[in-house]
Amino acid sequence: MKVWFSLLAVIILALTAWVGVEILHLNTLFGIIIPYTAIAVFIGGFIIRVVRWGKSPVPFCITTTCGQQQSLPWIKQNKIENPTNTWGVIWRMVLEVTLFRSLFRNTKTEKIEDKLVFGSAQWLWFGSLVFHWSMLIILLRHLRFFLNPVPGLIIGLESLDSFLQIGVPLLYITDVLLVAALTYLFLRRVMIPNIKYISQIADYFPVLLLLGIAASGILGRYVYGVDVAAVKELTMSLVSFKPTTSTTIGTIFYIHIFLVSSLAVYFPCSKLMHAGGIFLSPTRNLANNSRIERYINPWNYEVEKHHYSEYEDEFRDKMRKVGLPLEKE
Amino acid sequence: MAKLPKKDELLQHKFDVPKTDWMDTPVEFKPGTYCYGAKAKNLEIVNFPNARDWSPEDEDWKLPEDWKGTIIEGISDYMSKYRSFRLFMDVCVRCGACADKCHFYMGTGDPKNMPVLRAELMRSIYKRYFTTSGKVFGRLAGARDLTEDVIKEWWYYFFQCTECRRCSVFCPYGIDQAEITIMGRELLNLLGLNTDWISGPVANCYIKGNHVGMEPQAIMSNIEFMIDDIETITGKRINPSFNRKGAEILFVAPSGDLFAEPGIFTCMGYLMLFEQLGLDYTMSTYASEGGNFGFFTSNEMAKRLNAKIYAEAKRLGVKWILGGECGHMWRLVNQYMDTWNGPADFLEEPISPITGTKFENAKSTKMVHITEFTADLIYHNKLKLDPSRNDHLRITYHDSCNTSRGMGLLEEPRYIINKVCNNFFEMPEETIREKTLCCGSGSGLNAGENMELRLRGGFPRANAVKYVQENHGVNVLANICALDRASFPSLMDYWVPGVEVMGVHELVANALVMDGEIERTLDLRCEPLPEKGVKSDV
Repeated sequence: MKVWFSLLAVIILALTAWVGVEILHLNTLFGIIIPYTAIAVFIGGFIIRVVRWGKSPVPFCITTTCGQQQSLPWIKQNKIENPTNTWGVIWRMVLEVTLFRSLFRNTKTEKIEDKLVFGSAQWLWFGSLVFHWSMLIILLRHLRFFLNPVPGLIIGLESLDSFLQIGVPLLYITDVLLVAALTYLFLRRVMIPNIKYISQIADYFPVLLLLGIAASGILGRYVYGVDVAAVKELTMSLVSFKPTTSTTIGTIFYIHIFLVSSLAVYFPCSKLMHAGGIFLSPTRNLANNSRIERYINPWNYEVEKHHYSEYEDEFRDKMRKVGLPLEKE
Repeated sequence: MAKLPKKDELLQHKFDVPKTDWMDTPVEFKPGTYCYGAKAKNLEIVNFPNARDWSPEDEDWKLPEDWKGTIIEGISDYMSKYRSFRLFMDVCVRCGACADKCHFYMGTGDPKNMPVLRAELMRSIYKRYFTTSGKVFGRLAGARDLTEDVIKEWWYYFFQCTECRRCSVFCPYGIDQAEITIMGRELLNLLGLNTDWISGPVANCYIKGNHVGMEPQAIMSNIEFMIDDIETITGKRINPSFNRKGAEILFVAPSGDLFAEPGIFTCMGYLMLFEQLGLDYTMSTYASEGGNFGFFTSNEMAKRLNAKIYAEAKRLGVKWILGGECGHMWRLVNQYMDTWNGPADFLEEPISPITGTKFENAKSTKMVHITEFTADLIYHNKLKLDPSRNDHLRITYHDSCNTSRGMGLLEEPRYIINKVCNNFFEMPEETIREKTLCCGSGSGLNAGENMELRLRGGFPRANAVKYVQENHGVNVLANICALDRASFPSLMDYWVPGVEVMGVHELVANALVMDGEIERTLDLRCEPLPEKGVKSDV
């Protein structure tokens, strides 16, 4: 049900763009107004979410230590998995953000008769890594639509991405990888019973929406042969805030940017915010140095205590009997 | 206490899922899997709200009026105080990496024990009352209304989490179920909902200074009993001091070590080591607890109990503090104590009086872990050791959750064990160090009435012990945690009979050659030592 609902939502979104452009000819709405609005919502929403997290303090140094602490000088500290200084934390975060270090640790627990067996399970790590890196490269490639002249770096990236030299236009490897990785991420959700059990619409919808975006982009490039020059004219007009629409761009392009716009609007109010959240995660971005330097809790307040004097008052006779030293005889 | 099922009955579970969605699967209170409710008198001692006698089996939990408002205000309050709470509610992508990392999930197969779903019990409420999507789309957005059944479900499952943080090691965003459980328990305490096994020790600790409720004379007589045994074993009569002003070091142990077997053997180990060193130390009957069950109720209660350690160090005028073998005590010393009750500017930076080593890593808290202290002694050849006295023991080592994932104390105890024993075998690497599996009884779950749950939660650990028992003939599970010492014996008896539970300093004292001792024929348990040159059976 949740899967169908999510799929339906994506189809409705695509149809909306199709009807809007193909039948109602609302090119200005779908080519200019919606993308602008979506970008504004994305940026504003993203900032609001991060600021909201930032406003709540981190009262305690709750690093999850995944290696040997700094201790005696002859015991080798794991400076990345259990950092005590900023450099260690930076390394830990870099590994986490770029290589998904924690997910790499993944194991699979199986119960065979009366025994538990732990096996390695790196597919999730691999699939996620392929998805995120492909996504990043594709985003960077898209910068060619927003920059004039196109920087050499982007052109280099494009030729690297298409080095297999297959087809016309040339096939981008990341297009294939992105679709493959998203398909894997989707399939594991519907096929592994436990993962299906925990999955919600909020999990299926973004995967399917991303697949829709990829599909419309791929169709536009490889099948319909969208007028790239006209697309660039439109995107450059958007970037320079002198928006103009074009009638020579196929509807598939409008479907593509409408789905992208939908994602941009959906992003800040969804789990996709993990993209910003990971940098703020206190179990990862704090050094384990709270015995070396006092960590301050901004809302630390005085609490009611049971003082020694009260303790001695209660037990004085008993303490005297066993010869314990007393403050008041 | 419910009758214990047989081993194969406990292992019937599979990792499959119910037919109904988790939101439509009501919580079932199975006997043997939950603790008694907190008693009124114990909540009153520490001024907690809604103190009354109640039982989880009752239909009516006697919640205070406007309990719903209290919870929602509470969530709002904690979110403004803890970034972790709001962030962890928001960023989970339900990738499932944590799902099979939880020992309670491995041992029960109950999907609500997958950390992701246990968090979802809270997240669904957060979404309903604090996010636009949840307010508008309700269940479609994964949100649900806050009802009394939700509170019961929280209580059942937030007391089926030992705050061990294993899930947080594997989470790509570092989401820590312990943080969510901590928040859940804070909220439940606003309604007077805790367990008897936690609130009793908290009240004890507040008034008497330790969880087990020993009054000063009881502590003294327990130690006296240990001193007698030490005299039998070594021929030496030792004379530790209590509440003595002007000592150099205040020694704080978990009270479990002062109270019952096998913890007392660890305590005898401490005492013998200090005697041999001629250490100028004292123990306190007021700050006679290193552990902190307050941490399993609320942040404030934890701070109230923890405050005694610095207060007593100040009153006695010691230079620094040495801490015994205890798990959650050390997570708190490492990550909370200084923040709560510091700065400890009345103490000095700890220096070992024997080796002159400066404990740079304890510069601010001024509190040193005993395995750091002892490892340093052995490294500098300050102890005469005869590891062959432990030759009848084939040892494996259990990393406590808190000292590994909330501190990173991994090598110090291993270094010591390797110096005081000849037969040491590691459990499989997926089950040790930062990936260590919980005893299943931490965070205040080591009661008797929930024994089935403890056996299930401890099963993954026992499974790894069984592996080294079968492959290396292991007969001792060494550890540095009082809760381990309290909970493992019954767990081992059930799952891996023939494995004894020992603190690291029990092993140290077995091997320790003391000045002027008689020839040792007995170990710390007053059992015969192995004959020289005779190895244990493999």
